[in-house]
Amino acid sequence: MRLRTMEISVGLFIMAGIAALFLLALEVSGLSLRPTEKTYKLYAEFNDVGGLRVRGKVSLAGVTIGRVSNIYLDGRSIKAVVEMDIDANVDYLSKDSIAVVSTAGLLGEKYINVSIGGDEDALEPGDFFDSTQSALNLEKLISDFATSKL
Amino acid sequence: MLDFLQRTGKKGLLSVASLGRAGLFLVRSLTGVPGWKGVPLFIKQLHSIGVLSLVIIIVSGLFIGMVLGLQGYNILVDYGSEQAIGQMIALTLVRELGPVVTALLFAGRAGSALTAEIGLMKATEQLSSLEMMGVDPLKQIVAPRLAAGFVAMPLLAMIFSVVGVWGGMMVGVDWLGVYEGSFWGNMQSAVDFQEDVLNGVVKSVVFGVVCTWIAVFQGYDSVPTSEGISAATTKTVVYSSLAVLGLDFILTAVMFGDF
Amino acid sequence: MNQASDNYVEIRGMSFSRGDRLIFDNVDIDVPKGKITTIMGPSGTGKTTLLKLIGGQLRPEQGRIKVNGQEVTRLKRKELYLLRERMGMLFQSGALFSDLTVFENVAFPLRVHTQLPEEMIRDLVLMKLQAVGLRGARDLMPSELSGGMARRAALARTIALDPEMVMYDEPFTGQDPIAMGVIVQLIRLLNDALGLTSIVVSHDIQESLSITDHLCIIADGKVMGQGTPEQLKQEGSAFVKQFLNGLPDGPVPFHYPARDYGADLLQGDQDAGFSAANR
Repeated sequence: MRLRTMEISVGLFIMAGIAALFLLALEVSGLSLRPTEKTYKLYAEFNDVGGLRVRGKVSLAGVTIGRVSNIYLDGRSIKAVVEMDIDANVDYLSKDSIAVVSTAGLLGEKYINVSIGGDEDALEPGDFFDSTQSALNLEKLISDFATSKL
Repeated sequence: MLDFLQRTGKKGLLSVASLGRAGLFLVRSLTGVPGWKGVPLFIKQLHSIGVLSLVIIIVSGLFIGMVLGLQGYNILVDYGSEQAIGQMIALTLVRELGPVVTALLFAGRAGSALTAEIGLMKATEQLSSLEMMGVDPLKQIVAPRLAAGFVAMPLLAMIFSVVGVWGGMMVGVDWLGVYEGSFWGNMQSAVDFQEDVLNGVVKSVVFGVVCTWIAVFQGYDSVPTSEGISAATTKTVVYSSLAVLGLDFILTAVMFGDF
Repeated sequence: MNQASDNYVEIRGMSFSRGDRLIFDNVDIDVPKGKITTIMGPSGTGKTTLLKLIGGQLRPEQGRIKVNGQEVTRLKRKELYLLRERMGMLFQSGALFSDLTVFENVAFPLRVHTQLPEEMIRDLVLMKLQAVGLRGARDLMPSELSGGMARRAALARTIALDPEMVMYDEPFTGQDPIAMGVIVQLIRLLNDALGLTSIVVSHDIQESLSITDHLCIIADGKVMGQGTPEQLKQEGSAFVKQFLNGLPDGPVPFHYPARDYGADLLQGDQDAGFSAANR
């Protein structure tokens, strides 16, 4: 009987440890268990993505609707291409939506903000955003201001 | 002068020999899997090493998380970014404090007990009597304890981190009024599963191996008298703590440093 | 040649030292098969060390130790463990596993070395416990046993695997007269009933002499006498006679080596006078 209670407590201990790993994975690091199943890919070209990182947020009206899955340079157009995983249930982004690299707060993290347009057709998986707006480069802004280009 | 050199040299040789013994000891205990017969022994050890350490781990984790929440809030509120508290608590716990503090508590709670237990077994001739029965004490006594330590440490460290995050949330969100959504949101966008959580787990596995190894070896290698065992217990706690802190720096540099 | 096969243990030209102290200096010891051999000697002559040498826990610096025809000093680790399954050793403290009950202690070697079913292990354990008179104490923990009972329980564990040879390390020390009598009787009974070869290390002369077949006296790292008790009593050296009769003075002096008693006392007077005068 003593062995049995011991075995049970050890079993509970191991289960608690594994549960802790799951909590760390899901709650603390926000890992999604099925990231590929329920998303589709959209692309956007930017002149400057300064500060945007892979796994950065894609948000619409402040609500996260996806994540940046890849950032690379397109050799022909010499522009930065951002690949995004968008939640599959957000299937109503109109063709003329605008993707903007924005900053959370003055110095916060960079993310992509999508402003929806008025077109009746929605973006299909694999489509590119027609119009984009690059990152607001604070340094550039200040230097422009200093040399009174503005 | 010559005498001093001679003594230093002898001491050096003795410590090298002791390290060699410890290495051989580890290899000999781990080679030759005990098989199914070893499972009940392993479970018993997992109970005394893991389950019985749970209370101290949970209580410490809770308080450390709460302190982090309080201190973090006080610092961050000056910059108006108190919602970053979740990310601060989680990163500190998952990367550093979870594995390290758990290992230090483990050395004090389970490591010293292991040393004393094996030392007493040696003093009361139980180890000798096993050998004379044709049973290898390394397999029967040492191997299950090592295995249990290796398994228990990462589990304890993860439980510690989770409880700590919860304690931090309790202070930050429930008492100090940080918005819960930004608490979790900031945390989730800052903490990466592979980069942070898994690296933390790797750390605690390494600490588990080192702490248990030191504890069991010190017991096995102790002088079988009351003074000998008390000295071995002290050594266990001192050596484990130093090893954990030193290794933590190296591991952190390898995992999170940029070189 | 015939002589050799009669001995279960044969030690030839064996030397062993611990640190700078020479414990055995080129000793030859025979342990005849099927008999009780008692190894006696003053305290601190390394009698327990001798048992550990025979069991292969320690290695001699020189010489050969043969157990049942096998050279202990040359055995590989695995062969040594196999050999040990055929010998048992009763430690002075009993060395029962403190976290197991008496029953589990006795069952331990059976569980480790055999694949016997549980019922058979139970029967065997109860038989061994019955032999030492502790069948009723099977559920007690070692900490609940008296010293004599602990030693008997340990004896039951030692004979659990039916060894060919049992070594007893100081089985009589620290026992009350009744417990001592019980153990003396048990050693004799087990030896005869199971056909064992027994080695008893002891310095309790009366108890040892009452059961022993073969006697070996060691002192100062050397064998002082070997043979049956009668032989030794009659033909032994002055030292052997002193030891067997328990005389306080003889070749082994009562006094620790010192200078002359009278001179020592006078010296003390002088010292005292000298320091007093100096003050």
